[in-house]
Amino acid sequence: MILRINRDHSRFREIVKGRIREDFRKYITKGEMIGRKGRNIISIPVPRIDIPKFRYGSNEGGIGQGKGAAGDPSQSGQEGAGTAGDQPGAHILEVDITLEELAEMMGEELELPRIKPKGSKHIIERRDRYSGIRASGPESLRHVKRTYKKSLKRQIASGTYDFKRPIIIPIKEDKVYRSWKSVPAPRANAIVFYIMDVSGSMGDDQKEIVRITSFWIDTWLRYQYQDVAIRYIVHDAAAREVDQHTFYHLKESGGTKISSAYNMLQKILDEEYNPEEWNIYTFQFSDGDNWGTGDTENCLKLLEEKILPISNLYAYGQVESPYGSGQFLKDLTSHFKECGNLISANIPSKEMIYETIRTFLGTGR
Amino acid sequence: MSLPPHLREQAARIADIAHSYGLDFYPTIFEVVTWEELTEVASYCGFPIRYPHWRFGMEYERLMKGHIYGLSRIYELVINHNPCYAYLLEANEDLDQKLVMAHVYAHCDFFKNNRFFDDTDRKMINQMAHHSSSVRRWMETFGVDAVEQFIDVALSLENLIDIHSPPDRPALISGDVDREKIPSIQKLRSKEYMDEFINPQKFLEEQRRKIMEERERNRKFPQKPERDILWFLIQHAPLERWQRQMLEIIRREAYYFIPQMQTKIMNEGWATYWHSRIMTEKVLDPSEVIDYADRCAGILAMPHGSVNPYKIGVQLWRDIKERWDKGRFGKEWEECDNLAEKSNWDKNPRLGEQKIFEARRIYNDITFIDEFLTREFCIEHQLFTFEWNENTNRYEIQSRDFKKIKEKLLFSLTNAGNPIILIENGNYKNRGELLLFHEHQGVDLDRNYACDTLRNLSRVWGRPVHVTTRLKDKSKIYSHDGETFSEEDIKT
Repeated sequence: MILRINRDHSRFREIVKGRIREDFRKYITKGEMIGRKGRNIISIPVPRIDIPKFRYGSNEGGIGQGKGAAGDPSQSGQEGAGTAGDQPGAHILEVDITLEELAEMMGEELELPRIKPKGSKHIIERRDRYSGIRASGPESLRHVKRTYKKSLKRQIASGTYDFKRPIIIPIKEDKVYRSWKSVPAPRANAIVFYIMDVSGSMGDDQKEIVRITSFWIDTWLRYQYQDVAIRYIVHDAAAREVDQHTFYHLKESGGTKISSAYNMLQKILDEEYNPEEWNIYTFQFSDGDNWGTGDTENCLKLLEEKILPISNLYAYGQVESPYGSGQFLKDLTSHFKECGNLISANIPSKEMIYETIRTFLGTGR
Repeated sequence: MSLPPHLREQAARIADIAHSYGLDFYPTIFEVVTWEELTEVASYCGFPIRYPHWRFGMEYERLMKGHIYGLSRIYELVINHNPCYAYLLEANEDLDQKLVMAHVYAHCDFFKNNRFFDDTDRKMINQMAHHSSSVRRWMETFGVDAVEQFIDVALSLENLIDIHSPPDRPALISGDVDREKIPSIQKLRSKEYMDEFINPQKFLEEQRRKIMEERERNRKFPQKPERDILWFLIQHAPLERWQRQMLEIIRREAYYFIPQMQTKIMNEGWATYWHSRIMTEKVLDPSEVIDYADRCAGILAMPHGSVNPYKIGVQLWRDIKERWDKGRFGKEWEECDNLAEKSNWDKNPRLGEQKIFEARRIYNDITFIDEFLTREFCIEHQLFTFEWNENTNRYEIQSRDFKKIKEKLLFSLTNAGNPIILIENGNYKNRGELLLFHEHQGVDLDRNYACDTLRNLSRVWGRPVHVTTRLKDKSKIYSHDGETFSEEDIKT
């Protein structure tokens, strides 16, 4: 039997993707998608695509079976989950899309070129996939449910099962284990740094822009590389490395010294990421204020001599704030006129995220 | 893949056992399939071939996800056909295969013997294949998008049929009245001076009036409210030939599936009842008892707050068997109000088996529930009604009152769960607009769905369409002119 459903299934997926693509700009600038991210899938609410028919509304009710008194909820834990109680017109379908598919769509929508990993070095790695069952193995891989079922069967068959004292004791023969296969997987790696100025002038709105922009950058890079490592650096007058949550929520005050972040970046690269093996990306977000021209000169020097030569891409996004002067962007662009792997963008509002992503990722580096 | 030898032996053995219990079925062909194949066939409602359409793909996606996340599992799949086709999952253990076989034979018995299936096409596979090739041909000629879009529109109307009328109906002739030709009034022959007396003016006026009235009645179209809306559209909507044929395909397939919707509880209950008797009385090996119990628990499990047709069905069949075996029916039983006497009641007429075979022949879910759902049954099996509570935004248990339960259950089964909608006027406002009316029975239409359905209907009809209904106790008329939806209160 050949699967005929493939045509209908891919047609369905196409329709779904078409719906998502239609609204892509809307999705890009709204942060809500990020909250719907699972391990590798994201569930996207799209306008319903079922076939409309005359049907009963929410006051239908029905018949159930089970315990409970009048007034108790009749469906535990399901209240309002996309059923009745929706606002008019809000018939929403949740569609699961893998991040790869999302990235693919983004690539098509923004006309992004595929990244060519630098260097010819591809490490071939072996990865384990757990796909079967066998009779021996380490205890940590024991299949508990199957083991106990087998044990129960044996005890009942041999008449040793006591219904009054229902205890199941697996013996060696009962135990079954998960087994694995190693499959080769080629990989090219990428390390991504996010640097953000957390001095007082960066407010919640600015951080939201950074968060959304970097979500899409992540999605794209993960689609292009086998493995993506992400590090977060925040700075005011001094820099430090933080986790993702802190990165987006930290608020400090004080002066700004961008070179401190560059030094930290440089240090991490030296210690942990060999530029021969890693594709290096850095995205810096700031409102463009730096403390004194002296530090800006330091920054430009560090970039030119240390960071740019080993990076695939260095991107600077200037998030406008009511307090920033925006000077750093001017300094940067006037200094690096013809530099291919340095990209900068001004992001005055959420609406510009779309363009920013296109600018940052449109280089194909 | 056809059956491997050891399963073929089991199938023959179980068929013999089923026959010995009195089950009677068409030859049954089992196919062994992988779960991908089973999921595919299930997406096509059991048929190996259907016309191409994305909603089958959507169903496939849903079933695959259900399978992958372990939320649902397709256990058995059998189609009403001669011979019957049924599918066995390759990866299942032999115990499952035997259980499914026993279950399937009982379904086949039901398909063959329940009278609501008498008119179904037992060679529907051919019909479906035929439909598929027609649709593919149109797609080649008119383009995939055009055909698919029309199918989307047509499917929106697939539940607008009259489940009580046979699918084959003659083409409509009325409504084609020649409006220009005014029939002359038959005058009796007379001399001129006698005319006034032989053909009195008053009589002639009377005749003329009758003819005009008749014409007026014929012009009303349809003459009587029409429930088979698809059929009406096939007759009267301004469609291309292929579109008309597409509507016919949708209608024919809808009619094929109607008896299954009408007998879901009975049919699943019947199959579960017989597989459990066949398995526990004849087939099960002692070593298989635990796994069997595990499977049964799975089949009969249900989320709190909904009715599993397998469960309520099998419970009802067992209840009938017991009641008729013990003589718990009839005048004497009904009139007895001594509870102690009732709980020990056993007149021993042993009529259970005869009764259930009779019931499987003549009832559908509605008449079955109406006849056999008793107060005692509702109490014993903890049935309740639930309703949407606007204040708490959730469904809540409403009542355990027998009458209310029965009423609600019967209502949910009425018209296969669809609202009853009829065509009142195909020439509404004398502008060729279509007027439907919803026979409101206490439950409102879903307004958003109604809006989108009307839009699709207007595409088929080519003119504005309207439906009269009620929303929150107010009479309403919903209208759609293909572009915009509007609603108005009706003053009565």
